[in-house]
Amino acid sequence: MPPAVKISVRDLDLWYGSVQALRKVGADIASRSITALIGPSGCGKSTFLRTLNRMNDLIEGVRVEGVVEYEGSSIFAPGADVIELRKRIGMVFQKPNPFPMSVYDNVAYGPRIHGSPSRRAADRRALDEIVERSLEQAALLEEVKDRLHKPALGLSGGQQQRLCIARVLAVEPDVLLMDEPTSALDPISTSKIENLLEELKKRYTIVIVTHNMQQAGRVSDAVGFFLHGELVEYAPTKEVFFNPKDKRTEAYISGRFG
Amino acid sequence: MKRRRIAERGIEGLLVFCGALSILAVLFITLFLFLRGAPLFKKVPLTEFLFSTRWEPTAADPGYGILSFIVGSLLVTGLSLVFAVPVGLSVGVYLAELAQQRFSRAIRTAVELLAGIPSVIYGLFGIAVIAGLNRSAFGGTGYGVLSASIILAIMTLPTIINVTEVSLRAVPRELREGSLALGATQWQTIIRVLVPSARSGIAAGVILGMGRALGETMAVLMVGGNAPIMPKGLNGMVRTLTMNIITDMSYAKDDHLTSLFATGIVLFVFILALNLVVQIALKRSLSGAEGAAGA
Repeated sequence: MPPAVKISVRDLDLWYGSVQALRKVGADIASRSITALIGPSGCGKSTFLRTLNRMNDLIEGVRVEGVVEYEGSSIFAPGADVIELRKRIGMVFQKPNPFPMSVYDNVAYGPRIHGSPSRRAADRRALDEIVERSLEQAALLEEVKDRLHKPALGLSGGQQQRLCIARVLAVEPDVLLMDEPTSALDPISTSKIENLLEELKKRYTIVIVTHNMQQAGRVSDAVGFFLHGELVEYAPTKEVFFNPKDKRTEAYISGRFG
Repeated sequence: MKRRRIAERGIEGLLVFCGALSILAVLFITLFLFLRGAPLFKKVPLTEFLFSTRWEPTAADPGYGILSFIVGSLLVTGLSLVFAVPVGLSVGVYLAELAQQRFSRAIRTAVELLAGIPSVIYGLFGIAVIAGLNRSAFGGTGYGVLSASIILAIMTLPTIINVTEVSLRAVPRELREGSLALGATQWQTIIRVLVPSARSGIAAGVILGMGRALGETMAVLMVGGNAPIMPKGLNGMVRTLTMNIITDMSYAKDDHLTSLFATGIVLFVFILALNLVVQIALKRSLSGAEGAAGA
């Protein structure tokens, strides 16, 4: 049985002002898998990622045409709820961006803004549980359980990034978008996060942008190769790496440019 | 070649001299203020000066207690902040986060003009409008704590607005995106992430405005009532430290004159303390921004 499609993209064009950043991109992203997006700088992979949870809306002068469907309904439909979309499709950024508050408050941020737990004792316990579970899922609980109420900015870069992952998980999303989540981290932190991805894909659909070809090879189930705003090749990881259909993919993967 | 080097040296020397001049100016102002004011404490104990409300410098048995004026200054300044902070903060948030370009430019221009209006004009406005409104709303003369605070609030608004806007703009974009990507609304992002991240800078702005209010003389003199007594409630007449100096300066002699310099010392110490707090707050906000950038 083929895996269910979580996000379906067809004929996606995107312009920043008069510059076209994406050209007729089409891809079906499978549920509970890791899709890696690779390609040289400025090829459109991050732009594509940021289209999926409509973070590009924040940039002035962006124009989008084409279809992006999340679980069968268009995310650009007039009635589409962007807040709900971003709750369902969480995002981890290139640079760890914890808020200048405690570890606990960082993770509790999402549940709090989405309104459920109040200050009642039962709700506080529920919030404690969400925070603990999210940190556990992000493989960070052991390292921070004694300093939950210390400033998050005191953590190391790798811990901060896992905190950002925990912060997203606390909202109980369905899809995780990751924009080069390990490019600012040392090798040990990187491997921790890669191991974490293996765990997370059992429950979440993950789309990850990476500059690191080995990383794409190690963690992903499918790879999309972007070049000049086009999705040149999109196929299972093994095929892309060992039997690329497009000459440009082959050239990029064998390190002839990029 | 040699001549050019001499010219370079000369310019450098000139700049160093100008820099030294500003330090010297501060030193000399402090020195003379203390030289002229401190001798009062040989005759009047410092505690009496600070904690007595008896201000009768020309009586046969003169009293030099400035407690009423200290309280007056703090009251007027504090109340002005109660008015100015919520408004200034809101306008700053609006300018930094919400306003359309064209409209925000209009507001910014207006705020800059507000900052440039001479204080005597604020005083005239106070007499013509604020005191009158106050009189018809609460009775009495219309001159007092409330009128002075309202005028001061308007005068400190530009400072608070500017610093709030600048501090909010300095919050790293990553934090804003992080919050929005979690499904926060723009408003939640502002209240829960941006303002707290900018709080040291905003606090510095508020304290800066406080310093301005504390040192303001002319505008409060025109609408404060200037009765040398402890203010009787929020609409009572008030004399601040600055008003005390300016009112008696024209005719004071001997110990009386010295007491005005001593009043100046007290004001100076207040301002110095506030500046210190500002510098500490700003230093902390800078290091906070670096930390937030995830170095």
